[in-house]
Amino acid sequence: MEDYVIEMLHITKEFPGIIANDDITLQLKRGEIHALLGENGAGKSTLMSVLFGLYTPEKGVIKKDGKEVKINNPNDATALGIGMVHQHFMLVDIFSVLDNIILGAEPNKLGFLTKADARKKVIELSDKYNLKVDPDAKIEDITVGMQQRVEILKMLYRDNDILIFDEPTAVLTPQEIDELMKIMKGLAAEGKSILFISHKLNEIMEVADRCSILRKGKYIGTVDVANTTKEELSSMMVGRNVKFAVDKTDAKPGQEVLKVSNVCVKSKLNSKDSVHNVSFNVRAGEIVCIAGIDGNGQTEFVGALTGLDHIESGKIELCGQDITQKSIRYKNTHGMSHIPEDRHKHGLVLDYTLEENMILQRYFEPEFNNKGLLRKNEMHKYSDKLAEAFDVRSGQGATTIVRSMSGGNQQKAIVAREMDRKHDLLIAVQPTRGLDVGAIEYIHEEIVKERDAGKAILLVSLELDEVMNLSDRILVMYEGEIVGEVDPKTTTLQELGLYMSGAKRDDRKEAM
Amino acid sequence: MREKVSFFKRPAVQTILASVLCAVIGILLGYVILLIMNAEHAGEGIAAILINFFKFNNNSKVLMKYFGSFLVKSVPTILCGEAILFAYKAGLFNIGCAGQYTVGIIASIYCSVGLGWNWFLCVIAAMVAGGIWGLIPGILKAYRNVNEVIAGIMLNWIALYVCNIVLGTELCMDTTKSETHDIAKVNPAGILPPFMKDFFGGNDYITIAVPITVIIAILILVVLNKTTFGYELKATGHNKDAAKYAGMNAKRNIVLTLVISGAIAGLAAALLYLTGIEHYKISGSVPGTGFDGIAVAFLGGLHPIGTIFAGMLVKYITLGGSYLNTNYYNPQVADLVIAIIIYLCGFVLFFKTFINKRGKSKVKVNANAEPSQKTAEEKEV
Repeated sequence: MEDYVIEMLHITKEFPGIIANDDITLQLKRGEIHALLGENGAGKSTLMSVLFGLYTPEKGVIKKDGKEVKINNPNDATALGIGMVHQHFMLVDIFSVLDNIILGAEPNKLGFLTKADARKKVIELSDKYNLKVDPDAKIEDITVGMQQRVEILKMLYRDNDILIFDEPTAVLTPQEIDELMKIMKGLAAEGKSILFISHKLNEIMEVADRCSILRKGKYIGTVDVANTTKEELSSMMVGRNVKFAVDKTDAKPGQEVLKVSNVCVKSKLNSKDSVHNVSFNVRAGEIVCIAGIDGNGQTEFVGALTGLDHIESGKIELCGQDITQKSIRYKNTHGMSHIPEDRHKHGLVLDYTLEENMILQRYFEPEFNNKGLLRKNEMHKYSDKLAEAFDVRSGQGATTIVRSMSGGNQQKAIVAREMDRKHDLLIAVQPTRGLDVGAIEYIHEEIVKERDAGKAILLVSLELDEVMNLSDRILVMYEGEIVGEVDPKTTTLQELGLYMSGAKRDDRKEAM
Repeated sequence: MREKVSFFKRPAVQTILASVLCAVIGILLGYVILLIMNAEHAGEGIAAILINFFKFNNNSKVLMKYFGSFLVKSVPTILCGEAILFAYKAGLFNIGCAGQYTVGIIASIYCSVGLGWNWFLCVIAAMVAGGIWGLIPGILKAYRNVNEVIAGIMLNWIALYVCNIVLGTELCMDTTKSETHDIAKVNPAGILPPFMKDFFGGNDYITIAVPITVIIAILILVVLNKTTFGYELKATGHNKDAAKYAGMNAKRNIVLTLVISGAIAGLAAALLYLTGIEHYKISGSVPGTGFDGIAVAFLGGLHPIGTIFAGMLVKYITLGGSYLNTNYYNPQVADLVIAIIIYLCGFVLFFKTFINKRGKSKVKVNANAEPSQKTAEEKEV
C-alpha cells in the first residue's frame, strides 16, 4: 500500500448555483512534490480551503496517515502539521524576520518572551534548508524572494510537514524562481510533503513528482510528471490543445501614434526620479513592449502616460497632438485605451454589475445617457454583445456582480471593454497577470488581432515569455530609464536578462 | 420551499429582517431597563411607549391629529437620514449633517421671523445655508484631503454657537420665554402651506413637508439608480481609484455630494420649523436630529425608502417616551431605548450575516437529509 500522508477522498463542495468541487480525490505521498494544476475557477482554492477547514464539504473524507480526520477550522489544520505559503504574504513589515516567524507561537516563560531558543531554531532551520535568511533583518528591507523564505521558515518553525505553496512564483524574478525550486526539492528530500499550486507548466515539469489536474470543479486525473509532456498537461487542464507560441506575421508599422519625449516622474519615496528621461515612440500596427524587473519605474511611467499619476516633465503626443497635461477623460475619449496593471484597484468597480463596468468610461456618451438618465436597455445589450464577442463568462450575465466572477473573466471583461472602445493606442499593462494558459492564449491572440487591425500597442510586462512571444520591439527599463532596445527575433533571454539587471546598457540619445 | 429559501437569500429581504431584528431587540432591552428601574410598572411602561398615540383610538379625529403631528415630527429625522445616506453612497461620512441641520434652523427662522419672508424663500434659504455648510468640508476634503468627519464635527459646534447668537436676539426670540417667536403670529406667510388638514383631524401643523419628504426620498432613489450622476457617485464610493481611472472628476463629485447632502439637511430643518410645531430654544448642545440621521440611514438599510420607515420608527419610540407615567419613569427612558436601537444598528450587518448563515446551515441539513425526511421538513415549513 502507498504511503499517503494526506488523502482527500471524493470531496464535493457546492455553492449556490455552482459545484466548486465535484467528487475530487487528491492523494499526497510522503516526501513528494505534488502539483495541483488547474485554470482559474477550476476549484483549486476551494479544495485548499476545505483542507484548511475554511469550508465544510458536503461529501467526502480527509485522511491523515490513513486515519480519517475532521478539519473544522484552520487551527485543526495547523495541529495536523499542515502549513501554507500564501500568494500574498502574511508578514508584519516593521517586524524583524525572527519576530514574524514566532508571531502566533511566541515562546515565553511566565509571559516574558524567550527569543534566544527561537533564534537558535530559526538559524538551524535556515542553514539546514539553505534558506540564507537573516533573522534580524526587517521585513520591509528584504526582497520579495526573501520574504517568501520567511514564510517557508514560519511553516518549518511550526514543525509542519505538509507544506502548501499557493502560486509561489507569481511574484518572483527568474533567478528567485530557480532558487525556490531548489529549496522545494531540498524540503522534499528531507521528508516534507509539498503541495504546489500552479498553472505554470514549466515549473511543474521542473520540480514536481506528480501532478493532479482539475478542470471546472472536476477531477481530471493524476499523472507522473516524468512520463508526461507540457502539451499533455495543458490539454488536460483546458480540455483542448493549446498553442504556446503566438502565431503572428511580421509587423507592418505605419504612422507614429504615440510619441514620448524626455518624460520624468518624481519618486514618491525619495528625491530621485522614478522615471528618468524616457523617450520612444509606438507606431500603428506594431507591439512595443517595455520589459524589466518589477519596480523599475514601469508602473510610474504608465501612471504618467495615462494621467493617473503626476508627470514631472517631458511631452506625450498621441496622433500628433500634445496630450501631456490633458485629463484622463480627455485621453480616454481621444484614442487611448488602457488595460491597467491592477484590475481590482483601477480596472473594475467590483461591487458594480458587469454591465455597469462595461460602460465605465462611456456612461456619459449618448449611447448610454439620455439627458442624465442611464439607458439600462442599451447597457444590457452592449454588455451582452461584448461578453459574447470576448467570451466573458458570468453567473447571471450582464447583471452579475463583478466581484463574484473569476479573475480570468474579470480580466477578459476589461480587455473586451478596452478593445471595443474607439482607440488608436492600446496600453496593456501585464494583461495576463494571474491568468491561466487558456486565457493567456486568448488575450495574446486578441492583442495580435488589434495590431493587425492597425492599432498601436504598448505592452508592459514582467513575463519574459510574453515579452519574447508577443512584441515586435522590446525596450528594457532599468531604474526608471530605458537602457536598451532589442529585436525579439535576434535577442536571447540571456541578453534581455543582462539589460534587465542593469549589467548592460546602450548609450542612446534618441530611441526610435 | 426552494422559492422560500431564495426569498430569504435576497439581500433586500435580509436587510429588512436585520433592521426589524435590531428594532425588536432594542425594544426588548428597553423593557429590561424599565424592569430594572421599576419592575412593578415595566409592563404598562413599555406598553405606553408602544401604544403611543394610538391610545386615542376611540376618537378617530384626535387619533388622526396625533398621527399628523407624528408625521410632521418624523420629517426632519427622515430627511437627515436621507442626507447621510446620499453622502454615504459616494463614500463620504457626513457627520456634519447635524451642523447643516443647525444652519438650516438659523436660515429658516431668521428669514421667516426676522425678515418676514415668504415660506418658499425661507425653505430655499435653509437649503442654501445647509449647502454652504456642506461645501466647506467638501472643498477641504477634495482639495486639501481633510477628513470630512473631523471638519464636519467642528462645523457642527460653530453652527450651534452661530445659531444661539443669531436667533438669540430680540428680533427672533421672545426673551422672556427664551424661545423663538411663533411664526404663525409674526409672519403667517412664513408658514408652509397645509396639506390634507381635514384628513388629519384639523391638525394645524400638517403641511406639504410630508409629501415633500416622500418626493425627496424617491428623487434620491432615482438619482442614485437611474442617472449617470448617481452612477458616478456610487462608482466613486465603491472604488475611487477606478473612478479616477475612468476619468470621473472625483473632486467635483466630493464637493457636489456634500453640498447636496447639506442642502437636504438644511431642508430638514426648514420643513420642521416652518410648520410652527416647534420653536428653537437656546441650547448648549448640537440638535440631535442630525445625529439620529446616521442611525436612521443604517437602520433603513441604506435605502432611501427604507430610511423613511426607519425615521418613522425612531420618532415613534421617541414620542412614546412622553406617554410614560412620569410618577414612575423619566421620559428620557424612551431616548435610552432609541439609543440602544441606534447602537444595535451597528449590528445590522452582523445580523445580516447571521441570517445568511442560518439559511446556509438549513440548506446543508437538507443536502444531507434523506429524501423522505426532506419532504417532511418541507411540509413542516
